Amino acid sequence: MPSASPTAPPAPAPQAPATGASRRRPRRLGPGDRLFLAVVIGVPLLALLVFVWLPALASMGLSFTSWDGIYLSDIHWVGLDNYHQILTNYPPFWPAVRHNVIWLLFTALLPTPFGIFLAYQLDRKLRFTRVYQTAIFLPMVLSLAVVGLIWEIIYNPDTGLLDGILNAAAPGHHVDWLGDPDLNLWAVLVASAWRHTGYIMILYLAGLKGVDPALKEAAALDGANGRQTFLKVVFPALKPVNVIILVVTVMESLRAFDVVYVLGGGVGSKPGMELLSLLITDNIIGESSHIGYGSALAVVLLLVSLAAIGTFLVQNFRKEDR
Amino acid sequence: MTLQSRTVLTAPQPSRRTVVGGLFGLGAAALAAPLLTACGGGAAADPKTVTFGSNGADATPKSAYAAVTKAFAKESGLTVKTNTVDHDSFQKSISSYLQGTPDDVFTWFAGYRMQYFAKKGLATPLDDVWEKIGGGFSEATKQLSQGEDGKFYFVPLYNYPWGVFYRKSLFQERGYTVPRTWSEFTALAKRMKKDGLSPIASGYGGGDAWSILGAFDYLNLRANGYEFHMSLMRGEVSWTDKRAATTLDLWREISPYYQQGAGGRSWQDAAQSLLDKKSGMAVIGLFLGQQVSDEALRADIDFFPFPEIDPANGQDAVEAPTDGFMLSRRPKNEKGAKKLLEFLGSAKAEGLYMGVDPSNVAVHAQADTGSYNPLQKKSAELIASAKHITQFADRDSDPGFISTVVLPGLTQWLGHPDDGAALLKRIESQRSRFFTS
Repeated sequence: MPSASPTAPPAPAPQAPATGASRRRPRRLGPGDRLFLAVVIGVPLLALLVFVWLPALASMGLSFTSWDGIYLSDIHWVGLDNYHQILTNYPPFWPAVRHNVIWLLFTALLPTPFGIFLAYQLDRKLRFTRVYQTAIFLPMVLSLAVVGLIWEIIYNPDTGLLDGILNAAAPGHHVDWLGDPDLNLWAVLVASAWRHTGYIMILYLAGLKGVDPALKEAAALDGANGRQTFLKVVFPALKPVNVIILVVTVMESLRAFDVVYVLGGGVGSKPGMELLSLLITDNIIGESSHIGYGSALAVVLLLVSLAAIGTFLVQNFRKEDR
Repeated sequence: MTLQSRTVLTAPQPSRRTVVGGLFGLGAAALAAPLLTACGGGAAADPKTVTFGSNGADATPKSAYAAVTKAFAKESGLTVKTNTVDHDSFQKSISSYLQGTPDDVFTWFAGYRMQYFAKKGLATPLDDVWEKIGGGFSEATKQLSQGEDGKFYFVPLYNYPWGVFYRKSLFQERGYTVPRTWSEFTALAKRMKKDGLSPIASGYGGGDAWSILGAFDYLNLRANGYEFHMSLMRGEVSWTDKRAATTLDLWREISPYYQQGAGGRSWQDAAQSLLDKKSGMAVIGLFLGQQVSDEALRADIDFFPFPEIDPANGQDAVEAPTDGFMLSRRPKNEKGAKKLLEFLGSAKAEGLYMGVDPSNVAVHAQADTGSYNPLQKKSAELIASAKHITQFADRDSDPGFISTVVLPGLTQWLGHPDDGAALLKRIESQRSRFFTS
């Protein structure tokens, strides 16, 4: 691309400064061009508005109402009532917030660094590295329904792998992995980490392939050991990839839904596994839906996501500008 | 490099712009497609076809419904187009399904759940159908089929009782006797535990949390009576009422006898443990029979009504959910659909259905009971003898209230049962959200 740009625009470029006046600029584009531009910009813009912004704004609007989702005439304005109810009188809300935070911390502290670690190891010329890569990345290829099914089999109290081993080691002991409200979140987190690690590994591996080997060589010549080479040379050199991984981790944690939904039996939030995303569907999907209430929860999740991602991006770009 | 530039020069036909334009055109068409098809949804009605939305996706009910619709087609000359959806998905999407372009006739449940959609105007009244089929049904069934406005909205097909199921041979081997009262019941459970059995089979993991509600309903019905139970279900009395606490106290009494690891087990696995004689009893519905394919094993299954707690209430209430059909609000072929409903409300249709799916009991008074197996006979007698018939917690109450408030609360409590005061307070705090309008 960069080699093409100097040759492509020479014709109109000198014309624009020569004529100067902004009034004459439209003439550069014929009606066909303008139509083309309008279509090229208009269609995606319309799609964005209709499919992203309109629903988002509509749910913000609905979050101030009470509605059962059947007749438009039944929408009643209730002001901040939904938010007040959620914050003060909705038992699963604060556990859900806590679980979302646990999810974020867990994912950021264990599977993400582990994925980076694996990528770093696999980047060195190991034997069978392709086999390892495929094996570790495989969970990411599976659909979440399959991931849920696999872990359901592992956690099954009667015929499951884990309880089978446990029973052989200490007969008569039962651990209710998915049923115990103090345990099931961690059980689900392990399933999610299993998938997340492979994802991070592939992302990081792609980044590592782009690192100039001369950097590592120079570090080795200066007497840096493996750990120092990674922490002081490779890691900072991979800043763009690090940013992507952090954003991916934060987003995946906040929107965590599918694995929990599948392992929870597909009926919405279960005790011990409440998440904001599940509470939203609890209230919106189903026979007697509370669209307003669910929308208010969705707005809360939106604000949390915006805060998390906004802070990060602002900080990051500020550093970039310097 | 040179080769590339040459091809670009010699091939001026599809310029970059037309290609991009074409792509965007395609994109726009793809975006517009759902809108267009949505507009064209109301296709012209075919007077010879009736559409039927069914939630009977499992093999047994599916072939049973097929037998019924086939017989109707033969009799009336109309074609029935059946649209089968998985049972749970059907329930979850019912609201949007009924607002969109639903099938003319659809399967649904009697009780509050039916009344809700009738009240919202999403179903067509069936008074004219009932004029023809009304003679075949008892007064209790008629009540179950009416909306709050007194009009009929529902045509019942079958029901099935909940009870305490067990294997006859196990009771014989161990010398257990069927308990009639609460103290006999708890004593039996205790004895079973000593004998190394899981006294009460239980599996409410994953999507099966509903299966615990049978025990809750019966405990509440036996201890506090039908009137209180229904008021509690309809959100008319406070959940912090002392009587609700009594129910939890009784439940806590038997919770040590529940099968271990129940929170992660499916109800099917729990039922299997009963069939394998690893568990002694199970509070479950007659649909347990759908787990059995061996007729010898089926003959070994029996049940007894949930034991008496307060002699004032005795065993007068039976939980017997009724399934049947409704007519959507703007059926494309109303005349044909009503004909189908009349047929579905006949003894013949019920006989056809029960012939394929024997884990239910017909509700039509003239239905042929000659081919009933012993379990069906006993079920029919139990239901006929009942003074009060309840549907099931999630059918007698607002399903959203049950599934998002009561069920998570009860399953969590059942893991570590305490006096339940905190749980009842939590449930009560959400009641007004579901029962004001």
